[in-house]
Amino acid sequence: MHSESAPPHAFEIKSGSVHLPILKLLSHDAGWIAAQLKDKVRQAPDFFRQAPMAVDLHDLAQSDADVDFRALVQAMRGCGLVPVGVCGGTERQLQAAREVGLSLLSLARHEVAAPPVAKPAEVKPEGAGSKLIDQPIRSGQRIYASAGDLVVLAPVSAGAEIMADGNIHVYGVLRGRALAGVQGNLSCRIFCHDLQAELVAIGGHYKVSENIDDSVRGKPVQIYLKDNALIIEKI
Amino acid sequence: MARIIVVTSGKGGVGKTTTSAAISMGLALKGHRTAVIDFDVGLRNLDLIMGCERRVVYDFVNVINGEATLNQALIKDKRCEKLFILPASQTRDKDSLTVEGVGKVLKDLAKDFDYIVCDSPAGIERGATLAMYYADDAIVVTNPEVSSVRDSDRMLGILASKSRRAEQGEEPIKEYLLLTRYSPVRVRLGEMLSVEDVQEILSLHLLGVIPESKAVLNASNSGAPVILDEKSDAGQAYADVVRRYLGEDVTHRFIDEEKKSLLGRLFGG
Repeated sequence: MHSESAPPHAFEIKSGSVHLPILKLLSHDAGWIAAQLKDKVRQAPDFFRQAPMAVDLHDLAQSDADVDFRALVQAMRGCGLVPVGVCGGTERQLQAAREVGLSLLSLARHEVAAPPVAKPAEVKPEGAGSKLIDQPIRSGQRIYASAGDLVVLAPVSAGAEIMADGNIHVYGVLRGRALAGVQGNLSCRIFCHDLQAELVAIGGHYKVSENIDDSVRGKPVQIYLKDNALIIEKI
Repeated sequence: MARIIVVTSGKGGVGKTTTSAAISMGLALKGHRTAVIDFDVGLRNLDLIMGCERRVVYDFVNVINGEATLNQALIKDKRCEKLFILPASQTRDKDSLTVEGVGKVLKDLAKDFDYIVCDSPAGIERGATLAMYYADDAIVVTNPEVSSVRDSDRMLGILASKSRRAEQGEEPIKEYLLLTRYSPVRVRLGEMLSVEDVQEILSLHLLGVIPESKAVLNASNSGAPVILDEKSDAGQAYADVVRRYLGEDVTHRFIDEEKKSLLGRLFGG
């Protein structure tokens, strides 16, 4: 529908920024990359389906290694990924990338802990940022253990929220909400002596109280992710 | 140096003012100079429960604003000369209360009084947070009912983090649980939370259990703190609470159903 005052241009060119997952290459062996990529995609297929991805060559720039970009692009497309461009390589590497149709990108900042692409997820026990709480956590309070585990030696009230980048251990009754692996670490676990939680979550995958089976209610359990499903197991 | 006690709950209508009146009267009757302050600006009722509503000239806000001295605003109780009431303003709102203003009034009161009881309004906003800010002890009044327990739990979290003691890293406020409107019969029938249920959720030291009682309504109607009704169960329960607060080891009564005699069942309530 065109009005009297329709603009004379069909488009506008603007500056913007988008967030992309980054495939940081640690090896130039395209075959090996392809094999491991296939494995990774199998672990989290929804995440990778039609995902645009940038390729970071920073680690390979030192050696100025020969990367078979054609094979790399084929491998990525084969997994359902959409390679958008490259960044961080030497002039020679960037030129090779251009020749297979990849664009040159500039990295705004280095993200260290990106879910699950760049680094394999690790369970971090008692890291530098771990927190130990020995007082009851009351309704309305929020506790966050960043870069570590959260250990609670007292009850967690309904209406309280406890979060950790790592694992959560509650040596008491857990009545509130517990969120582990909040930065995307899917291998974190939640342990508690008495499960009466309103909500539990690991790396964003959550379950509310209504959907928790009666057989594990009120019991000592561990909660972990398996194939993107939350498993609640009696200890 | 006075001990500042806040009577708080989170939930409304659970018995804070009834408790503030009873406990301050109980402490005063034991010989301690006690002041009880109404922090519910705009919805004042401590003066009604204490029976001094016809003698209110100046109030808490007047004192904070320097419009009156403490001596002019404090109302001496007619029944016990050691008890004084500082009523709230009815016409202003809670924004008239300031941290510094409240702090100054409490400091002045502390010179002459042994105990200062702060009757908190319901909620977790300004009136409630100011009532508990300077407290040394907190009596958390709770009904054995799920929403009251949840709100008390929230209030405990606030006491642990937003009080002056918490902000300055001093020894934390001493917290006490006072369970009010308790009915052993309904607990037995499974309709009401028991003392154990509430303690399990709140993990608090139990100061006392006040039974559901007709005496409470009678007391507020007559403007006399229920502790003065020595024959009533509620009055006696409050007397036990005051003794326990002062350090005496008093067995908890009114938790179990009373075994009524035949005559009691024929003529009793």
